[in-house]
Amino acid sequence: MLRLPTFTYHRPKTATEAVAIACQHGKAAMYVAGGTDLYPNMKRRHQAPTQVISLQDVPGLHAIDWLPDGRCAIGSMVKLSKLEHDAKVKAAHPAFAHAVREISTPLLRNMGTIGGNLLLDTRCTYYDQTHEWRESIDFCMKKDGAICWVAPGSPRCWAVQSSDTVPLVCAMEAEVELVGRDGVRTIKAGDLYRDDGIQYLTKKPEELLTRLILPAPTGWKASYLKLRRRDTYDFPVLGVGACVWTDAAGTVTKANVRLGGAGSYAIPATESEKLLVGNKLTDELVAAAGSAAMKPARTMDNTDLDVYWRRKVAPVYVARALLACR
Amino acid sequence: MVLDQPAGRVEDGKPAAPWRHDAKKEDLKHIGKPIRKVDARGKVAGLTKFADDLTLPRMLHMKLLRSTVAHAEIVSIDASKAAALPGVKGILTGKDLPIPFGILPVSQDEHALCPDKVRFVGDPVVAIAATEEEIAWEACRLVDVQYRELQTIGGIHEAAATDEPRLHDYGVRGNIHRLENLEFGDLQDGFARAEHVREDTFFFEGNTHLPMEQHATLAHFDKDGKLTVWSSTQTPHYLHRALARTLHPLPAHHIRVVAIQNGGGFGGKSDPFNHEVAAAKMAMLTGRPVKIALTREEVFWCHRGRHPVLMRSKVGVTKTGRITALDFQSYLDGGAYGSYGTASTFYTGALQTVTYAVENYHFRGARFFTCKAPCGPKRGHGTPQPRFALEVQLDKIACDLGLDPARIRLDNLAPRDSLTANFLRIGSMGLGACIEKVVAGSGWNERRGKREVTKDGRIRGLGLACSSYLSGAGLPIYWNGLPHSGVQLKLDRSGLVTAFCGSTDIGQGSDSILGWIIGEVLGIDPLGIKVVTSDTDLTPVDLGSYSSRVTVMTGNAAMQAAERARDILQKGVAEKLGVPAGRLVFADERVFDAEDPKKGMTFQEAIVCSEARFGTIGTVGSYTPPPTAAKFRGGGVGPSPSYSYSAAVVEVEVDPETGIYRVPHVWMAHDIGRALNAAVAMGQIEGSVYMGLGEAMMEEMAYRDRSHKGKRVFVHKIPSMLEYKSPSALEMPKVTTYVIEDPDRNGPFGAKEVGQGPLLPMMPAVANAIFDAVGVRVDEIPCSFEKVFAALQAKKDGKEGRYGPSSGADGVPVVDFGDSLKIKTPWQGGDGTAWNEPKREKKAAK
Repeated sequence: MLRLPTFTYHRPKTATEAVAIACQHGKAAMYVAGGTDLYPNMKRRHQAPTQVISLQDVPGLHAIDWLPDGRCAIGSMVKLSKLEHDAKVKAAHPAFAHAVREISTPLLRNMGTIGGNLLLDTRCTYYDQTHEWRESIDFCMKKDGAICWVAPGSPRCWAVQSSDTVPLVCAMEAEVELVGRDGVRTIKAGDLYRDDGIQYLTKKPEELLTRLILPAPTGWKASYLKLRRRDTYDFPVLGVGACVWTDAAGTVTKANVRLGGAGSYAIPATESEKLLVGNKLTDELVAAAGSAAMKPARTMDNTDLDVYWRRKVAPVYVARALLACR
Repeated sequence: MVLDQPAGRVEDGKPAAPWRHDAKKEDLKHIGKPIRKVDARGKVAGLTKFADDLTLPRMLHMKLLRSTVAHAEIVSIDASKAAALPGVKGILTGKDLPIPFGILPVSQDEHALCPDKVRFVGDPVVAIAATEEEIAWEACRLVDVQYRELQTIGGIHEAAATDEPRLHDYGVRGNIHRLENLEFGDLQDGFARAEHVREDTFFFEGNTHLPMEQHATLAHFDKDGKLTVWSSTQTPHYLHRALARTLHPLPAHHIRVVAIQNGGGFGGKSDPFNHEVAAAKMAMLTGRPVKIALTREEVFWCHRGRHPVLMRSKVGVTKTGRITALDFQSYLDGGAYGSYGTASTFYTGALQTVTYAVENYHFRGARFFTCKAPCGPKRGHGTPQPRFALEVQLDKIACDLGLDPARIRLDNLAPRDSLTANFLRIGSMGLGACIEKVVAGSGWNERRGKREVTKDGRIRGLGLACSSYLSGAGLPIYWNGLPHSGVQLKLDRSGLVTAFCGSTDIGQGSDSILGWIIGEVLGIDPLGIKVVTSDTDLTPVDLGSYSSRVTVMTGNAAMQAAERARDILQKGVAEKLGVPAGRLVFADERVFDAEDPKKGMTFQEAIVCSEARFGTIGTVGSYTPPPTAAKFRGGGVGPSPSYSYSAAVVEVEVDPETGIYRVPHVWMAHDIGRALNAAVAMGQIEGSVYMGLGEAMMEEMAYRDRSHKGKRVFVHKIPSMLEYKSPSALEMPKVTTYVIEDPDRNGPFGAKEVGQGPLLPMMPAVANAIFDAVGVRVDEIPCSFEKVFAALQAKKDGKEGRYGPSSGADGVPVVDFGDSLKIKTPWQGGDGTAWNEPKREKKAAK
């Protein structure tokens, strides 16, 4: 069987202590929340921390708090299964609860956390392989190698954003709270990510994600629609997160459409968004907005299912996601 | 056709052997009843020990260093750094195991560790044993192997076009492993009489068994020089032979192979494997027990699964759809080694004639060596690919002629008790009943072609397909005149009956059928019988659990052994009670006088009185299949004591915007002769539906073929459980199962094969259902969403609504098959020989 490499396991008691350990060990350290992604990756040797910092004992990361202004602050260590079954979350944020339920299997959701899912490593069929397999392709630039096999002429890595919650929370304009050396800061979820398969996060490595803050559920409607081969374990090969703000007359005042699984970050479908604003969500408008999403869907041949097909069905998925926002 | 006269009919009425095929249901006490399997409790309670659960004191863990290149000569191996790593206890390379092996005598082309050449990414090169598995893994990373890379042979077309370099220095020529060319009857005449001719090209991508249990082996070489190997294998006897060969001069009788309970096999544990041979050798080298447990990725390297097969099929029919001629070509991508490939090649041409009467038949098959994990037998061995082609083609013909796809099949049914064009002997034949069942159950006549739309905008369609499969191969893998299966019974004075048999339960219930049959014959509780199987020291040879052979072959052997035990007890009891032996009845754990049931004794007392009279009681039974009718070269693949039949209707719901479809319901009927246990039989049928659904919808052994700056990368794309897509419980449809019982005179109580056959109709039935729903053809397996979408797009663009390999001349490679062997059909007066076959001495003289 595949075996874990040896590593030192830390169990800090506060967020500050966790950050201090991370600072001390630099690149050798990684945080672990549920471990459902990190440990398999360590077995395949493509994530190889020698210092693993567990967040299990950090208080305050395990709670769901409702703020006075209606926002919902979710601790990064909250289990996915707790979120999907939380009655209040389901009632206020049905699209978010749905996106959480779309992640992997019940067993993994019992271990996996929202923080882990938001920071999920980008994925690629040239990367998520054993050490032996990667040796046979002389590795790739994301780990141990020099080139990107997806696009050998490319100077960058094209690994794919594969979290189900990320496109949605970006579209919803949720916020994330980070604790670093210099204290706490809160940024828009969309600003946490970058368009690069390797440096896919803007946060510093030692910065600890402590909370996800969902906006108050008024004035907008969101949806998440996932494309994958099997409606059970599979990661998204396209995940449409849509959020539409409308006025009393039903006219769209703002719209965010994010395409997950189609690039190294949740790509904004800007043209689709522009078409929607100032109009009502008619069938025709939704179809046109869908068609406009084909261009930004930069699917590459590094996930399951055919690359061209994934791009061609993106309009259908965007249109359907928008219909669910009506 | 069908033939005007039942030409080729074999003599009716004479049973081949007294296998009680005509026993009346109401007279059977255990057979047919849903008794639990003998190993059920251990399995459901998690107590069953699999090979990886075994440990021995001082046991070492072994890892294999495998090739990272697709095709290369090994220039040098430097393992000195690995040897210096603390904890490393043994290192083996190809030099230590120079004798080649292979499952078939004609392809002894494998080594436990490659001595001079590697042929695919994953080919093993070095074995290292250490005190911990982690150390063995780290040690493998320290070995420096230098390769001189050779051209990669990446697939069927590339292999056909590349004479040099050759993967192997044997075979037909270049990278062609096998070429077969068999012609039965008069093709020209058959096509001349046809009123409609269709020619189609199909491709069936390779896929793998995906057993839950990864292969594992434990080897122990004791101080007396005796070797014991515990392994997850379906074929302990063949492993025993391979070990005796490769570990020469260790005598065969010093080797014991124990097949541990398998966590699924499906054909993937039927070859002797390099890790088994290497573990055995390592145990001999180190003097310590050695275990190897493969990773999931390594299971993909072992493979031996479904061959990728490119097929071209030309069929001629009359206006009413009767088949006058079939010309079938198959091109198999064999992967890096021979494995069962010779048999697989013949199987792509063997069973087309067993479902439908084909008057004239031409088969050409070619197998190529390529730089992929070797292909071999997977559930249905070589027959699902041509079955897909034939069943889709029949659907197209029905469409061309405006006929009902069910009707065209019923009209073409091969007759029972007949010989086919290629000299396969059909006995019982329940395909007609199967078709009628699924047609009625699914509402085929009312619902087909209606294109109902579901609430979420999907379009419904129904597809129908059929199949047949063997109940074991008529000939053994290595030529011999010995029985295929043996059973020994020991009757203890405690009342215990123990059955010893070399067969291996791979989860399908073969251990249990021994108990059920013996229990029925002796009138005792099957669950009270002790079954000892698959241990070459203790049990008589059974060839193994493959080709659906166990129920019929070990079943008949068990029945013979039980009948003989019954005879002994009958004599003993008759003497004791003073009752004529013929009047004694064995039932309810008693032996008693039929005319005066009170007069009798318990089964245990019967043993005691018989043992007192005749001494220790033990009997044997064995089974050899009936002689085959086919005498031509290549005729050894296809014959079987009997054939099972299946028919399926599959319902699909297709999203016309994306090509995404789901399968909500499957109706499957399976003619199995007689159900020895209907509950277990239905489990096998549902398992087949599941596995076939995976092949139909998504499973594929896909390879990455990329080049960059002169380096070509050729490696399995997705060797993991997550990315090699197989259906989950959510994709599993509702299955309505019909067990059809048409007892066959060659089977125990009339039983035939269960559970390989019903996999086969799934793939064509799905493709046919998609056509019924949205009017496009996917002539390729897997029939994945993107292919349905591509066909829909093509249709939208005004082109042919089809996705599949080119139907033009470039669709199949150009291969010179040479002259065909010409065989007269039974109705032409043929005797099963080829009239133009070259003398066979030629080969023997070589």
